[in-house]
Amino acid sequence: MAEILEKVKIEEKEPFFGPKEKKLLLDPLMDINPITVQILGVCSALAITSLVYPSIVMAISVTLVTAFSNLFTSLVREYIPKQVRMIVQLVIIATLVTIVELGLKALNFPIWKQLSVYIGLIITNCIVMGRLEAYAMANKPWRSFLDGIGNGLGYGAILVIVAIIREILGKGTLFAGSPVEIKIIGNNATYLIDTTTSTMFGWYANNNLMVLPAAALFIIGILIWIHRTINPKLVDIS
Amino acid sequence: MGDFLNVFIKTAFVENMILSYFLGMCSYLAVSKSVKTALGLGIAVIFVLGITMPMNWLINEYLLKETGFFGMDLTFLRFILFIAVIAALVQLVEMVVEKFSPSLYNALGIFLPLITVNCAILGGSLFMISRELDLTKSVAFGLGGGFGWFLAIVALAAIREKIQYSNVPPALRGLGMAFILTGLMGDAHSGSPKTGGSRRCENYYQWE
Repeated sequence: MAEILEKVKIEEKEPFFGPKEKKLLLDPLMDINPITVQILGVCSALAITSLVYPSIVMAISVTLVTAFSNLFTSLVREYIPKQVRMIVQLVIIATLVTIVELGLKALNFPIWKQLSVYIGLIITNCIVMGRLEAYAMANKPWRSFLDGIGNGLGYGAILVIVAIIREILGKGTLFAGSPVEIKIIGNNATYLIDTTTSTMFGWYANNNLMVLPAAALFIIGILIWIHRTINPKLVDIS
Repeated sequence: MGDFLNVFIKTAFVENMILSYFLGMCSYLAVSKSVKTALGLGIAVIFVLGITMPMNWLINEYLLKETGFFGMDLTFLRFILFIAVIAALVQLVEMVVEKFSPSLYNALGIFLPLITVNCAILGGSLFMISRELDLTKSVAFGLGGGFGWFLAIVALAAIREKIQYSNVPPALRGLGMAFILTGLMGDAHSGSPKTGGSRRCENYYQWE
């Protein structure tokens, strides 16, 4: 009895949302960003970032899957045998991804069509698996949940930055396909800039390179360059 | 046979898994530091893709489809079953290889578990479903996709080995450079007409 009481006391001492929790949530946005520092989950970051709207949907889906798979794995972590933990984790992830996929199909069919197999590929997105192995298998549910949200947001931030650059430079629009579509460059009266030459400021024509996935690689490469110049601790010496 | 070769060459060279779909980038970037390890991982990927693709095709055709064994539409189970098949097969392949060819196991051993979470494997299976391939074509798709992946990772590893001797800005060393190199490779691969400088402006309207 005394033991249990002691245990409860220790648990009560930890604040519900203290500095540690805040760190869990904000660190992945910059210092340990899943894409630019840990290089996890790059596949989808390349393939779907030519438009902002699908990227936001993807970021939300990944955040949901990471957060809840972290939560559920953390809840059952003591009952998972070591040898089969990968399959157990994969089943949890696959179930969540199926739920997200069916939900998206029902809520927004055009976006579901556009993302096609990449929603399914969240299962093999290394961020999800990586956080389960590195964090959720050894920590309490609430913190694991926050860690999942933090990493999902860190991933989503890069996704949206890359998508904004690619969409403006490549298509001359912003949030195309969403309810708040903005047209920036073009030869139509609905566009914001220039009405005759389909160029921005009279000299910038839409760059079709930006529509290709290769452009995402360049942009992420440059983001890594900027990030490591600001924070020289991250430079790899090898 | 004609179909087989056709699909094989198309997936290996024209629609390369890495250079035009960017699947399996995580292990592609992480394991391409030296040609030797890249060769090992590449061969393991060909192996696993070649086996899992027809396996998943059979499961989809005879278990999950409405015309299959259970007589109802079970396609919502696709993700779970596919990933389970991949994980199980990778484990099985690992055990078989360890038993019958220790030298091959030493070469592939550490890479096999990594392959379970390689997007190229699951992505291949999902692409196969969305393209409605038949059994022969799906075998060709698996082997061709794996071969294309193998070629791309070996090429990047070779470039990265050489580029170590160049004077790259410190912040760009390693990963940053790998990203930009892959970008250049992908750009070259996707063909110049679409990205070519001067023609870009002339043909702007046609591509919209």
